[in-house]
Amino acid sequence: MTQKLVIIGAGMASGRVIEHLLDADPGAYDITLFNAEPRGNYNRIMLSPVLSGDKTYEEIVTHSDDWYAERGITCRFGEHVVKIDPDMKVVEGENGHVPYDKLVIATGSAPFIIPVPGHDLPGVISYRDLDDTNAMIEAAAKGGKAVVIGGGLLGMEAAAGLKERGMDVTVLHLTGHLMERQLDEAAGYLLRKDLEARGITVKTQASTKAILGEERAQAVLLESGETLGADLVVMAVGIRPETRLATDAHLDVARGIEVNAQMQTSDPDIYAVGECVEFDGHLFGLVAPLYDQARVLADSLLDQPNAFAVKELATKLKVTGCDLFSAGDFAEGEGREDIVFRDPARGIYKRLVIEDGRLVGAVMYGDTADGSWFFGLIKDGADIEEMRGTLIFGPAFQGGASADPLSAFAALPPEAEICGCNGVCKGQITRAIETGATDLGAIRATTKASASCGTCTGLVDQLLAVTLGDGYAAPQALPVCGCTSHTHEDVRRLIKSQELKSQAAVWQELGWTTANGCHVCRPALNYYLLADWPLEYKDDPQSRFVNERKHANIQKDGTFSVVPRMWGGITTPDELRAIADAADKFAVPTVKVTGGQRIDLLGVRGEDLPGIWSDLNRAGLVSGHAYSKGLRTVKTCVGTDHCRFGTQDSTGLGIKLEKHLWGSWTPHKLKLAVSGCPRNCAEATCKDIGVVCVDSGYEIHVGGAAGMEIKGTELLCKVATEEEAIEVISAMTQIYRENARYLDRIYKWLDRVGLDWVKAQIVDDAENRRALAERFQLSQSVYRKDPWAEHAQDSATRAQYAPLANLTLEAAE
Amino acid sequence: MNWIDIGHIDDIPLHGARVVKTPAGCVALFRTGAAEVFAADDRCPHKGGPLSEGIVHGQSVTCPLHNWVFDLNTGAAQGADEGRIGTYPLRVEAGRLLIDGAAVGKRSAA
Ligand SMILES: Cc1cc2nc3c(=O)[nH]c(=O)nc-3n(C[C@H](O)[C@H](O)[C@H](O)COP(=O)(O)OP(=O)(O)OC[C@H]3O[C@@H](n4cnc5c(N)ncnc54)[C@H](O)[C@@H]3O)c2cc1C
Ligand code: HEM
Ligand code: SF4
Ligand code: FES
Repeated sequence: MTQKLVIIGAGMASGRVIEHLLDADPGAYDITLFNAEPRGNYNRIMLSPVLSGDKTYEEIVTHSDDWYAERGITCRFGEHVVKIDPDMKVVEGENGHVPYDKLVIATGSAPFIIPVPGHDLPGVISYRDLDDTNAMIEAAAKGGKAVVIGGGLLGMEAAAGLKERGMDVTVLHLTGHLMERQLDEAAGYLLRKDLEARGITVKTQASTKAILGEERAQAVLLESGETLGADLVVMAVGIRPETRLATDAHLDVARGIEVNAQMQTSDPDIYAVGECVEFDGHLFGLVAPLYDQARVLADSLLDQPNAFAVKELATKLKVTGCDLFSAGDFAEGEGREDIVFRDPARGIYKRLVIEDGRLVGAVMYGDTADGSWFFGLIKDGADIEEMRGTLIFGPAFQGGASADPLSAFAALPPEAEICGCNGVCKGQITRAIETGATDLGAIRATTKASASCGTCTGLVDQLLAVTLGDGYAAPQALPVCGCTSHTHEDVRRLIKSQELKSQAAVWQELGWTTANGCHVCRPALNYYLLADWPLEYKDDPQSRFVNERKHANIQKDGTFSVVPRMWGGITTPDELRAIADAADKFAVPTVKVTGGQRIDLLGVRGEDLPGIWSDLNRAGLVSGHAYSKGLRTVKTCVGTDHCRFGTQDSTGLGIKLEKHLWGSWTPHKLKLAVSGCPRNCAEATCKDIGVVCVDSGYEIHVGGAAGMEIKGTELLCKVATEEEAIEVISAMTQIYRENARYLDRIYKWLDRVGLDWVKAQIVDDAENRRALAERFQLSQSVYRKDPWAEHAQDSATRAQYAPLANLTLEAAE
Repeated sequence: MNWIDIGHIDDIPLHGARVVKTPAGCVALFRTGAAEVFAADDRCPHKGGPLSEGIVHGQSVTCPLHNWVFDLNTGAAQGADEGRIGTYPLRVEAGRLLIDGAAVGKRSAA
């Protein structure tokens, strides 16, 4: 006797089940197929080409009405199943009951909607089915702005499709890089670059606070306070298995409907298949495993033995021009080793992950031709020891190819600026080389490139090497570290000229040989990026040495020292009382006066830092940055206020300078002092920048040091007013910030560029001085703030100072 | 093995670390990738530097005190330096961090 089979959901998984079932035994079941959508099965993954206009709906239908009719399947499309009664073995549709012998739940999943205010306004659409796609196409026809929330696979495809249809598209993504589940940072960076090249705006670390609008969505408000205009909002933040019917029927449901390897639920007559299921702790979001499930389920329904097993998955993105591929466990497991290949000129990135002599994961961007070969190696668990050295070049490898460190230079566009001082571009230099300037001296003479401060010398050398080929032996300059062949100067220049605004961008475009740098280059890059792009680049605490990350100096026993700021060395009885109270409360073992006119609390435990900071903050004390490569202190003497020799208000100027400069990051520490007369009690002439007051104004001295080396300052210039002194010092700080190598004090950097060059830039050229001072001010709008207050007040940051867990406490019996 | 849930992977910043206090001493949890973590001793064998405060790069960490670099897979010091830190089984399941209690000296609850 034919049994009754009821299937809930006509989607990609159940479509395959029906095909296998009918192929094997067309007469076994009398099938009734419910679908909430008012249509049969279509190829859901091809909705993206429909959205972008590359395909029509008709072209993606997999099972037409005729197909169902010819096979005698009873279709109840456009009808929701509202209830399953496992005891009576009936399914309740909106238009009536159907009894079953066997039941298949194939309800797929529902888009996750973040419950922010305004999420239910008209104009907010998720991306799951044909109706959503049509709604987006209709909205796009009116043009205007679209905001896509979610930078995963679906969000990318929605954004590309809407852009294709002429909308102005912004993608918001919560974490640091796009598609973080499938891609690593470098590939995420390249994807972002490709999207931006086609005019899509990408905002990462953007958390949505609300969707604003009266009648319909008009704007998206971010946690940062920024508002983005939006005629259409697409939510593509994830999916949730559609399990409601199963839960109501008291089947076992975890995150999805739990099934065994035969796709059977906790009720032996009810099966489930597709995205709605959970198997062995796994959920599913791609079709490949669903097709495996469909075959197993068809066998189970026909009493044939078969078992479903989870396999490795590969992801591709269906956006033309964005070639990406990821497969396997490229970010998980212990005992693994990376092989990285980058070709900046062609925008290619490949990373293979190897464990126990086998390939376990692969991420590729730009050239994915070998993707399926790698995927095959992953799935087969093939032994790759033999070909390890050349594996990354793929199956067609002929031997000999290797990454060319010069390719980054070859890739530079002709208008990329090489010499910042004289505004000389790559094109001018290559032309000069081609017309006979074949060494550095000739280039300097013909183009002026590298003829001023000299920091672009390395780049000019490389250009000579690229242009002249083997005919030029570039002098070997020391690279930043083992991750790159570039020098600090090259990296700084290229960050500016190629507008590289993230570490991932630098690693990729400059051909880093490691996945994410090392302890030498990461702090340097972090500094260069924040100095050059104060508004765009976000400081990365994980690329800082512990002192700057924890805003305190680590001591040899792992405790920290805490130094509150005392502006110009001036304090008050109240401040001193607060410091004394804090020292008592946190049992600070040592209290010391520093050489920079501050009080140091030494021996504070790491987890007490936020607590002691809050106490000090309450008395108005802020971080003294005694730990930073940044402004440390401005020492002053008492000046005209008390001293009979004083010529100017040195204390007042010192306080003004400190309030102006504090919080700024510099290549190395920056110490200032202001003395009220040439007797120089504040010892201004051994500081990085020192001011010596005289009757007629202020002498500004630079490049002193009193550390491992002792060096007196040199006179930069003399100015008449405090305002001028502050402007010159801002400009001096900024030109040092913009040009010096990371970890060069001012005196070391001056040895490289010469004081005359600096004088020409900021003393003789008033306009440039003003521009530098303005850029400093812009940077300070971001960085002039108290990190202690931020860390102590933000509960998430504060939590980072405490252990994650304490397993030494035994639970009470 | 005796897996103990000690927190969520997002409690550790990417390329950062956190500490867990255990009967075997402080253990540092390093997050080397979006979904990749390692557990190892928090104490540098050189002069006791807190490794959880170091810079995390690739699958290594650099000690904040004198820049010894340790491979988190094996715990071995890299380059010319000789020494080793203990490593501990740690897994991520649905975003939760599970450490092997037995390995860090935690008796299982009877
Ligand atoms: C735009 C887009 C692009 C994608 N691209 C890819 C890709 O490139 N590669 C890839 O592998 N995967 C891709 N996917 C994922 C893939 O489409 C899904 O994994 C697959 O469709 C899931 O199949 P399913 O049968 O489980 O569910 P579905 O195909 O969603 O089918 C479930 C059906 O059940 C119906 N239903 C739900 N509840 C009820 C009810 N109570 N009563 C009656 N009917 C109900 C629903 O209306 C739906 O039609 C994409 C998905 C989308 C949305
Ligand atoms: C009447 C005039 C003067 C007064 C009122 C005065 C006051 C002070 C005070 C209060 C300090 C300690 C705080 C600080 O460092 O600012 C100090 C330190 C000092 N004074 Fe004077 N002073 C005077 C003149 C001088 C002169 C003429 C010299 C040098 C020739 C001098 C050399 C120093 C030195 C070297 C220090 C130590 C600086 C340090 O610790 O960093 N003082 N003076
Ligand atoms: S200057 Fe020398 S003695 Fe003073 S704290 Fe630094 S290392 Fe120690
Ligand atoms: S204590 Fe770790 S390197 Fe010295």
